[in-house]
Amino acid sequence: MSVETMSIFSPELSARFDELVTRYPMKRSALIPMLLYAQDEVGYLSDAVIDEIARRIGITPLDVRNVATYYSMLRFKPAGRFNVQVCTNISCMLRGGYKIFDRFQERLGIGHKGVTADGLFSLEEVECIGACCWAPAIQVNYDFHDELTEERVDAILEQYRSQNAGGR
Amino acid sequence: MPSLVSHPDEVKIVTSRFGKGAAKIDTYLELGGYASARKALAEGPDWIINEMKASGLRGRGGAGFPTGMKWSFVPKQSAKPKYVLVNGDESEPGTCKDHLIFLHDPHSVIEGTIIAGLAIGAKTGFIYLRGEYRYLIQIVERAVAEAYERGFLGKNIFGSETEFQVIVQTGAGAYEVGEESALMESLEGKRGVPRIKPPFPAVVGLYGGPTVINNAETIATVPHVLAMGGAAYAAIGSERNGGTRLFGLSGHIERPGVYELPMGYSLRKIIYEVGGGVRGGRKLKAVVPGGSSTPVLLPEEIDIGMDFDQVGKAGSMLGSGGVVVIDDQTCIVEFALRTISFYQHESCGWCIPCREGTDWLKKSLTRFHAGFGTEKDIDNIQYLAENMMGRTFCPLGDAAAMPTLGFVKKFRKEFEDHLHGKPCPFAHHPEVVLV
Repeated sequence: MSVETMSIFSPELSARFDELVTRYPMKRSALIPMLLYAQDEVGYLSDAVIDEIARRIGITPLDVRNVATYYSMLRFKPAGRFNVQVCTNISCMLRGGYKIFDRFQERLGIGHKGVTADGLFSLEEVECIGACCWAPAIQVNYDFHDELTEERVDAILEQYRSQNAGGR
Repeated sequence: MPSLVSHPDEVKIVTSRFGKGAAKIDTYLELGGYASARKALAEGPDWIINEMKASGLRGRGGAGFPTGMKWSFVPKQSAKPKYVLVNGDESEPGTCKDHLIFLHDPHSVIEGTIIAGLAIGAKTGFIYLRGEYRYLIQIVERAVAEAYERGFLGKNIFGSETEFQVIVQTGAGAYEVGEESALMESLEGKRGVPRIKPPFPAVVGLYGGPTVINNAETIATVPHVLAMGGAAYAAIGSERNGGTRLFGLSGHIERPGVYELPMGYSLRKIIYEVGGGVRGGRKLKAVVPGGSSTPVLLPEEIDIGMDFDQVGKAGSMLGSGGVVVIDDQTCIVEFALRTISFYQHESCGWCIPCREGTDWLKKSLTRFHAGFGTEKDIDNIQYLAENMMGRTFCPLGDAAAMPTLGFVKKFRKEFEDHLHGKPCPFAHHPEVVLV
């Protein structure tokens, strides 16, 4: 049972957060992991998420926001169920990263930071994701897909569409 | 799963367990794992630091500071707890070596962290990975749990009276957090802005305690150094540059990948032999030798050994070891623009020369690449970059200015070719989409 009786998070995440704040020499060190894990569950950093995390750490919601706005993975409105992040930094650019990005734009009908009408996909052009030697590379949520071709873009979208249809 | 590559010239030390299932502790132990940590525990801090000094191992994050010396700066007595902090925030464009270490050999990072802790008298180590590496964080967390189960971590490591705890931490997307003081800020739950130095982390670091911060590759090398002996490790590399380095070959190269080569190995051979030459048999136009922040080298400048001193003498830096190969079909102005766009996006905004400088450089280069540049812009770009150098708390300002200066100085003609509304001679797409 979580110490936070009014938690908006699942019992599992709530219990994880109870432990997380005790792990470090100072509670506040749990802030960034908590924001990311909360976003994984809720989809974005809503006001309610920020309020609860602030309460758990013992700082103001404004302080939480001040930190959260710094980190590029954290967002304040919902993304698609599958967030497609295309790297176009130098190593990927040299091997066709922009063509991959263009293909996703065309296939999904959305641009940078766009979300499809059905909420299934969102698209982002991102900075280096640490897959330079296997470029061009993307991440869909946390999954890497590397050594991409334009043709494989379609297969990847299909893979996530059927994953969604399978209810997973 | 990222593919592994191999070349006969490789000297596999850090990569020796790659592809062998060493993420599982039993396999790691079969392959000689945790023997160095046991030995370090028996021999004590002075022995560890002396071996590290003898090894000539220099920081693999990019600065190339001697690891043994860094550890020796930590005061023996301290009122506040001491910490080891492993920097796995790998974010320098062109660099993906730590990615493979976490994937294939996470226990080597844990073992290296324990040894660093023993050397400086710390009871806690943090392994900080960039947030995008979630699947790697899970691998490292499993490995840490295994090490606890075996009693290699905890109150009494390896059955001794010595305590050592390891905590794995996730980032949430920020290049700047790879800078050591920004990394500590982030770990303390704050915005990742740098701290003013001095005091240096060895004296006042994480939570105000003395802290050693090492790159993940450096830490993963430590158990190997102790296993083979510092002098034997040093003998593999070049003068004042001990051992091997993980070089990441990317861009227009026939066989991209991460290769482990002795320090001082020829850059020409890296490109033409190890990497199989420029992709599609094209001509080499330029090479970025050590990640996006290192100044570009021309084809006539690649007859150098890849170590900190020789690349430095050639006017660039060994940096993170990310070798980005550029062929003759590439627009250098566009490449420069994409590079500065990155730094503009990642500047934390703390220091004005970096915040404003990267922004103006991006604006100028965008205009320039679109064909609206003037002759004066070329000098202005250079002037801006020169005035960012050395004027910021952390090296991000330099990291943005140095490559820009390199591009303008070495490819001025190509910049001039973009003047007077002429279309980019290499245009693949109308303009760089701006993040």
